[in-house]
Amino acid sequence: MPLDFEKPIEDLEARINDMRQYAKEQEIDLGNEISLLENRLERLKKETFENLSRWQRVQVARAPGRPTGLDYVQNVFEDFVELHGDRALGDDPAIVTGLARLDELSVVVISQQKGRDTKENIHRNFGMAHPSGYRKAMRMFDLADKFRLPVITFIDTPGAYPGIAAEEQGQAWVIAESIQRMSRLKVPALSIVIGEGGSGGALAIGVANRVMILENAIYSVISPESCAAILWRDASQAPKAAEALRLTAKDLQTLDIVDDIIAEPSGGAHRDPETTLKCVLERIKAELKPLCQLSEADLLEQRYQRFRNLGRFAALPGS
Amino acid sequence: MTLERWFRRNRPTRKEDDNSPAGLWMKCDSCSAQIYRKDLVANDYLCPECGHHYRMPVEARAHLLTDPESFEPWSGEITPQDPLEFVDTESYVERIARAQKKQKRPDAILTGAGLLDGEPVALAIMDFFFAGGSMGSVVGEEIARAAERAAEEERSFIAVAASGGARMQEGALSLMQMAKTTVALESLSRKRLPFISVLTDPTTGGVTASFATLGDIIVAEPNSLIGFAGPRVIQQTIKQDLPEGFQRAEFLLKKGMLDEVVPRSQLKASLAGYIHLLRNGLKETAHAPGL
Ligand SMILES: [Zn+2]
Repeated sequence: MPLDFEKPIEDLEARINDMRQYAKEQEIDLGNEISLLENRLERLKKETFENLSRWQRVQVARAPGRPTGLDYVQNVFEDFVELHGDRALGDDPAIVTGLARLDELSVVVISQQKGRDTKENIHRNFGMAHPSGYRKAMRMFDLADKFRLPVITFIDTPGAYPGIAAEEQGQAWVIAESIQRMSRLKVPALSIVIGEGGSGGALAIGVANRVMILENAIYSVISPESCAAILWRDASQAPKAAEALRLTAKDLQTLDIVDDIIAEPSGGAHRDPETTLKCVLERIKAELKPLCQLSEADLLEQRYQRFRNLGRFAALPGS
Repeated sequence: MTLERWFRRNRPTRKEDDNSPAGLWMKCDSCSAQIYRKDLVANDYLCPECGHHYRMPVEARAHLLTDPESFEPWSGEITPQDPLEFVDTESYVERIARAQKKQKRPDAILTGAGLLDGEPVALAIMDFFFAGGSMGSVVGEEIARAAERAAEEERSFIAVAASGGARMQEGALSLMQMAKTTVALESLSRKRLPFISVLTDPTTGGVTASFATLGDIIVAEPNSLIGFAGPRVIQQTIKQDLPEGFQRAEFLLKKGMLDEVVPRSQLKASLAGYIHLLRNGLKETAHAPGL
């Protein structure tokens, strides 16, 4: 199902397909007409996606068909093996962890996982982790340090789960611990926001040396819906809240919250997952290389400075 | 991580907007006794009848936790900006100006140094009466600076949390303060200086999910609401009633999330005790040959 602003794109795509079909059936050459329309389609995609409102961007970030964590983990890396469980409470399907290979280098991968359909979404709790998920991630950080494996995390969650058991098991405590544990990694760490970077639950696996974001992904302190419910007392004001929160890739780069943006194929990652996966793979390799040259001390210091310096404030006159 | 409690309560006309209950006399929220307001203030904001813990102004808290005349403020040299040019029903600039005027400080925090039972300490005390104690860039920076300076000056670090969470009006920059405050604690760890976290009513959202729960020792005041998500958010998510005492300090103590629930009247003595014990382990030289 297309997003409402994608309707003209889908219509044009359908027309091109019809024309191809027709040309084939009638055995006539409509090559010129088709390529004209194809050019128009490219322009339309480009224009549409360059001018998306922040709220529309939120919808793209959450769009069905957009590659999820597992799509990256299974297709970007070679020999991915999933490792399960936190050794205390259970195995949280909302966070997938494991070992994988990137060319000759072994790495630890940690990924938040939304479902690709309703059934999987329920199984994965819509990508909202319980404390167990963050404990599993911390186990992986230990493994990474012990065997000197670089860490790559994929961020895609509406947020950590706000439920009774989650609170009883110390949701806030594990998020804080995970932030701290990740900041202490002695190996290179790379985080990529692939869809929705929802608040503390996202940051818990986002304390990396380099933080990247896909062009149409978002990263926010609170969901636009919740923000609207609090500030406007009306969740339907979410588009206004999305605008105010400055949560797009470009906004975040301006605020130094992300280091760089990974471009998506025209029309968004959900229209061309394969190209998206390739772009991300190339980018991971390019980003990891210089980080692997750094010493433990330099990696720690770089990560410390990166997060220590975030924020905007002014000195008061006379102080 | 919501500030809904604050936004619900902090209407300019409501009495909760004030630092302390209004009027000469007031009715205790807990035991309904008529209390003389001055008695409440003199009693460290504890009900003289039932001991109910009222929220406490940060200066009073600083003096409660330090030896007489020893507290010296550090914070106050930086002030918020409006990096997002955030406007909801009111602009962020206006909200901040109003809070600054009311609380007479640049943001929701007071940091400083003092002696606690003779021990050199640094304090970071959050002001819930300033924008619901929300953590934006200034609060994060002040906490980070205080932790780092405490380490430099060989002081134990005490944080007193009171917060509705991250400050929405600074967007993801607020979120990043969780990481900033967390990494700044490393300077204390490296020097084996104690960090004791005191959670007070309420501590929720991004503050609970960062520095406040990373104390070497974590204590809370009685009946404080402490959690990641606010109770209303949880209720809306699970669509059922919350258990009795859920997210209260005593409940969390039972769940293993706190070291102790300490009444305010004993807080200073307890903190002094923890610091004395933590700072009197083996000396570094004990790791010499043979060990
Ligand atoms: Zn009372």
